Amino acid sequence: MLSDKDRIFVNLYGFQDWHLKAALARGDFANTKDLLAKGPDEIVNEIKASGLRGRGGAGFPTGVKWSFMPKQSDGRPSYLVVNADESEPGTCKDRDIMRHEPFKLLEGCLIAGFAMRAKAAYIYVRGEFYREAERLEMAIGEAYEVGLIGKNACGSGFDFDIYVHRGAGAYICGEEMALIESLEGKPGRPRLKPPFPAGMGVWGCPTTVNNVESIAVTPTILRRGAAWFSGLGRPNNTGTKLFCISGHVNKPCNVEEEMGIPLRELIDRHAGGVRGGWDNLLAVIPGGSSVPLLPKATCDTVLMDFDSLRAEKSGLGTAAVIVMDKSTDIVKAIARLSKFYMHESCGQCTPCREGTGWMWRIMERLVEGRAEKAEIDQLLDISYQIEGHTICALGDAAAWPVQGLIRHFRDEIERRIDARKPVLAA
Amino acid sequence: MTEATGSSSSAEAPFAFTAENLAKAKTIVARYPEGRQRSAVLPLLDLAQRQCGGWLPEPALRYVGDFLKMPHMAVMEVATFYTMFNLKPVGRHFVQVCTTTPCWLRGSDEVVSACKKHLGIGMNETTADGEFTLTEVECLGACVNAPMVQINDDYYEDLDGESMVRLLDALKRGETPKTGPQVERQTSAPVGGPTTLKSSDSSGG
Repeated sequence: MLSDKDRIFVNLYGFQDWHLKAALARGDFANTKDLLAKGPDEIVNEIKASGLRGRGGAGFPTGVKWSFMPKQSDGRPSYLVVNADESEPGTCKDRDIMRHEPFKLLEGCLIAGFAMRAKAAYIYVRGEFYREAERLEMAIGEAYEVGLIGKNACGSGFDFDIYVHRGAGAYICGEEMALIESLEGKPGRPRLKPPFPAGMGVWGCPTTVNNVESIAVTPTILRRGAAWFSGLGRPNNTGTKLFCISGHVNKPCNVEEEMGIPLRELIDRHAGGVRGGWDNLLAVIPGGSSVPLLPKATCDTVLMDFDSLRAEKSGLGTAAVIVMDKSTDIVKAIARLSKFYMHESCGQCTPCREGTGWMWRIMERLVEGRAEKAEIDQLLDISYQIEGHTICALGDAAAWPVQGLIRHFRDEIERRIDARKPVLAA
Repeated sequence: MTEATGSSSSAEAPFAFTAENLAKAKTIVARYPEGRQRSAVLPLLDLAQRQCGGWLPEPALRYVGDFLKMPHMAVMEVATFYTMFNLKPVGRHFVQVCTTTPCWLRGSDEVVSACKKHLGIGMNETTADGEFTLTEVECLGACVNAPMVQINDDYYEDLDGESMVRLLDALKRGETPKTGPQVERQTSAPVGGPTTLKSSDSSGG
């Protein structure tokens, strides 16, 4: 288990004051000027060496992403955009960073912004997080007042502004290109890539979009060194991670743990175990609603990191662990996710716009067994026609939960169809 | 079901920002680069919606469009794309129940039926006195505190049917109920106290 001295978010739960004075006492903004004195290239190299992979779901190496930004401006300014549009069902970790550790995020913005030679950061907060955005605004005000950000930030000679931008209710805006469109004042419809944001992002300028947690951990990584961070977790899956454990556990919670912690240990140690005991477990969605579920047999041994979960045909995603015990109507649980994706599809690509609706309608019938067995394969076929055939990953995200259900619970779906047949015949 | 009255603006009344909101709007627009004022459309629509009592009548949409030099149709496109903009009046308390899987697993059905029964309305309806509007929303990002609802700007978490009714009653009485978890619990920490960060010397950072 991770020891408290290796935890980054010491005020994760807000037991302590969030204001600047208390944050400074916790070590935030302690020697930012010295960190910036390393220069952009060394900061990027340090983040690369730490092995930090993006905490928003895709797990792309953060330092590598930063290195895509132009070193010489062609006249256009560069921007950092922080993705705080936390909307993936099961996920509620960035919310805690914003409300309890806002200065870690702000210091991270300054450092990341400096490393990618950006002019300013825009933090795109989901609209429903009104209180969190409000707190972030207050924290920004406190930071400006003492010169931690703004002109000559932290006495570094570097000018850097940070702004909060609130969304207005659209899951799709968590997708980086949709987020950029939304920040430009348009509906959040993802753009085709290329051009990639590092070449042409918001307002046609070089842009990097990073998740809140990815940015908020960077000051600590630089302070304690890449070797400290990469010494935690497992190779290629380093560091600490905020996990959100929801569903049928005795004590749902957020917790910062080491990457690669066994799923069972995570649930037993921090969330008070599965309701009714470990043997009452049916399945777990390990990384937010978009990743395929895991049956209990896999949950017994699987480790919580990018590569281990990928090997089980699922994913770490946002590390939002949704636990379902044996009382769960598993088909209904996934059908509800199908409804979610249908609701959140932006409607731009036909396979997603039409396909998410088809999948949901079939799923609704499967809940009651009102279907032919051949429709299970038809549903799979639809999911394959969506997956990989859309501009953004929402199509994939809609397809995977359904594929996971069929992979592991085809028996249960068929049982419902069989159980219904005699009724129909009667 | 009746449409809300109360402090809500009427559908035809002309709209203009109050002096206070006008100042706020100018500050917001200044956050974006020169010539990119259109980026302020979401925050400005939000401001207008607050001024109108929770919804956006057409004159407000036109006003925001003129303010940002945007075609009215482009404003309409934005206003219809994002779920938080209400194009019809809503009650003074806008009750939004999350029913996505993490909340559903922990009893959002019970919360929904408690709301319907206690308010005597169905989904997307408003009480006759214009006090409450009930709606179902997708994941609000408070899943370890499920089930939960958002009422206006605040989250109420760790609910069940009984605490939901208590909450609605408190609002009916004009009280300001405690936000966040409705059980004994510190934010997202486990019930009974955290399993980590218990040592006082964990300075981190």
